[in-house]
Amino acid sequence: MAMLHTVNKSPFEKNSLDSCIDHALEGSSILLFEDGVYGALKGTTISDKVSQAMGNVSVYVLGSDLRARGLSEERIIEGITVTDYPGFVDLAGSHDNVQSWL
Amino acid sequence: MKFGIQVNEGPYNHQSSDSAYQFTKAALEKGHEIFRVFFYHDGVYNGSRLGVPPQDDRNITELWEALGEKYNLDLVVCVAAAQRRGVLDESEANRNGKDANNIAPKFRISGLGQLIEAGVQSDRLIVFGD
Amino acid sequence: MSEVIKKFMYVNRKAPYGTIYALESLEVVLIGAAFDQDVSLAFVDDGVFQLTTGQDTKDAGMKNFSPTYSALGDYDVNKIYIEKESLEERGLTLDDLQDLKYEDEDEDWAEKDSIRLVSREELAQLMDEQEVLLSF
Repeated sequence: MAMLHTVNKSPFEKNSLDSCIDHALEGSSILLFEDGVYGALKGTTISDKVSQAMGNVSVYVLGSDLRARGLSEERIIEGITVTDYPGFVDLAGSHDNVQSWL
Repeated sequence: MKFGIQVNEGPYNHQSSDSAYQFTKAALEKGHEIFRVFFYHDGVYNGSRLGVPPQDDRNITELWEALGEKYNLDLVVCVAAAQRRGVLDESEANRNGKDANNIAPKFRISGLGQLIEAGVQSDRLIVFGD
Repeated sequence: MSEVIKKFMYVNRKAPYGTIYALESLEVVLIGAAFDQDVSLAFVDDGVFQLTTGQDTKDAGMKNFSPTYSALGDYDVNKIYIEKESLEERGLTLDDLQDLKYEDEDEDWAEKDSIRLVSREELAQLMDEQEVLLSF
């Protein structure tokens, strides 16, 4: 099984991303969207944890939510894939199940 | 693929209804099926036809209605959550002695079983909320 | 009601009363019990606060829904996973939580524990095995 985890919370406000990473098994994927996109930024208090997780899981971020918040792709941790809604749909379909870390 | 969508937040206060709408639209445009969109918690407010957002902003309820019309979507508002929050259709209004109803076209009010059924019948259930 | 049996997990990560999610999650669980699915509940992060004993909402003026959890066994909802690390991080032990039981019809209605204390690792594995995850 491979799960798609979605995180829509800023990691500086809620522990959703933290908890998601702690529960994500090897081979699963994490999609950051809405305020969750702040978890994709380089040089933050959580970016090391995200980078480490990327050894086992794939991390994606929703480009439209980055742009809405004025965040350019240069500020994103290397290796995170920027995607769009059709990409989100594909991820949901290509994984066995989806869990929303609200 | 068949998707079920759950929307847990009202329009405007939280992005989740917008996100759910964008996901649903993208899935439909890719040729997937949406088994049902289920509005729960404050998400039931998406089904009120009485919202009048400023003209330079999006009207989320009308966006859902239009998508519902185009693709014949099943847009279901949870009855228990709706009753708490004052979202009623004509029969609910009559049954509870209320003088008005506010359910938007293309939306219908039904029970929580519809959410479980969406989980059973869909290949993936995606939850949008806070 | 349905011939398809899926593994449903209700993932509760929020504390009660501050928001309505815990209460309305419980309402889904009770309705969902009629569908004969393979149901489990997980209490993770602040969700563990939902099951604390001694909740008294009288002065807060809200409905106390905590007694409802003890009825879950009667609805055949008897796989209730509590994450050990979430408890410890919050200074709690199982003794601070309701002792939920069910009667096992396969063993002459013997009373058994519904609550299963699991590690984060075990819960991650259980989550992975689910087909439908309803998050509250």
